Amino acid sequence: MKLVAPVVGLATLIAVGIALQGLIAADVISRYVVPPPSDVLAAFGRIIVEEHVPARFLLTSIETFAAGLLILLIGLPLAFWLYQSRPMRRAFEPWVAAWAAAPLVLAYPLFLVLFGRSSVTIVILGFAAGCAPMILKTVEGLAATRSVLIDVGRSLRLTQGQMFRKILFPAAMPTIFTGLRLGLTFSLINIVGVEFLINLGGLGQLINELAERYDLPGTYAAIWFVVLASMLFFVCMEQIERWLLRVHG
Amino acid sequence: MAAARARLIAALAILATWQALASSGLLFRDVVPSLWRIAAALVLTLSSLDFYTNLGVTAEEFLVAVSLGGIAGACAGLALGANRFLAAAYERWVHYLAPVPKIILFPALLLAFGAGAGSKIAMGTISCFFPVAISVASGVRDIRPVLLHVGQSFGASAWQMATKIYLPAVREPLLNGLHLGFGVAAIGVLLAETKLSKAGIGFLVMDAYRRFDMPGMYALLILVVMLVAAVNAAVAGLNRRQRQARA
Repeated sequence: MKLVAPVVGLATLIAVGIALQGLIAADVISRYVVPPPSDVLAAFGRIIVEEHVPARFLLTSIETFAAGLLILLIGLPLAFWLYQSRPMRRAFEPWVAAWAAAPLVLAYPLFLVLFGRSSVTIVILGFAAGCAPMILKTVEGLAATRSVLIDVGRSLRLTQGQMFRKILFPAAMPTIFTGLRLGLTFSLINIVGVEFLINLGGLGQLINELAERYDLPGTYAAIWFVVLASMLFFVCMEQIERWLLRVHG
Repeated sequence: MAAARARLIAALAILATWQALASSGLLFRDVVPSLWRIAAALVLTLSSLDFYTNLGVTAEEFLVAVSLGGIAGACAGLALGANRFLAAAYERWVHYLAPVPKIILFPALLLAFGAGAGSKIAMGTISCFFPVAISVASGVRDIRPVLLHVGQSFGASAWQMATKIYLPAVREPLLNGLHLGFGVAAIGVLLAETKLSKAGIGFLVMDAYRRFDMPGMYALLILVVMLVAAVNAAVAGLNRRQRQARA
């Protein structure tokens, strides 16, 4: 079953494609609503060359990387600050949790007014969507550090910075990475979504542009491309997390 | 008590910072409006018939989407959880597709369902489907085998197994999935409305943006967040009661 089941899964996908092709050829489904899968497959090469997919992919990756960097640079110190100060943690942690649950992406028109129609808006929105989960998971990881490790640090008279670098950070690293993975996932979802909504940037904009030109095979190919790129990203992040858990867990 | 006081102080500090920023003149006048202007816009929005008409449109789209996505997700989850072969063949696809930004499917949905409510409902349905399916599938796998054996020993049919054993046993994961599904379905419907629509709360937000009515836009966003939070809290409460009843 180990091999058969995944093959059946893949075969189903291919069978659906073939069935769709047949239904479109028989005019049961209009080709002006759903393009034939063969046209979509053929459009892959065209959009990669003509629509500069590698450059767009790079732009979306850079935006996600920039948002991820901001999440690390701002989220990590904020989380450490919340962990260190019990009153601040009590006061702000519920607000950070509310921030994590808020549908921030809906406020994209507001971000457009605040930061203009540029990549900055996209990065800030990606950061805003991904920072709160990172803070929450980091605080959780730091708080779960075994007290014996902290006592060892204290007995060696480590400074606050040394304590963070030598004890707290390594101990909490798997949980911090889980937070970073969640943060980057939310960032990527929001970045691609906002690129599509405001018609600016990388892969999200590509889908919007092709749809506005009514290039159906191109639109579907671009959607598939983004789906595959997102899947690859999530699988890679999961693998890194598993590896980290194995090494540090 | 101390925690509630700390939270309140933090909220007051955030509001005071906002007001200070609004009065500082550092930003364009309307980008960060004063708290009073936002409060006035909130009152104005809540007293306008237009808001309730559009809220009705969004609520209808949302409810239909959650019903369709919830039912489809529950059925898919039951099938994947109960059948190891189906799970091995298809569950990884569900997991991989779950975090993909669903809004990119909107052009395809527009063509298939038109620019009216249909495409928004489809967006919400797809968004809601994944968390429900994943949660129910994992819930089914956690069902105590003795319950399944009892059903089988009574010679229960597949339908009876689904309605008498599986569904009651997965009530909690189903509610958990719906809890997550409500949030993403609301986002899906509202985002689709901001992209292309003639009615709904998303349309009102974009309308306020086009008119540069910043206090109005803040008021709408606050109301949306409060509504989503209220629905979330209601489902979380239901979930809690369910857990307490089982304990």
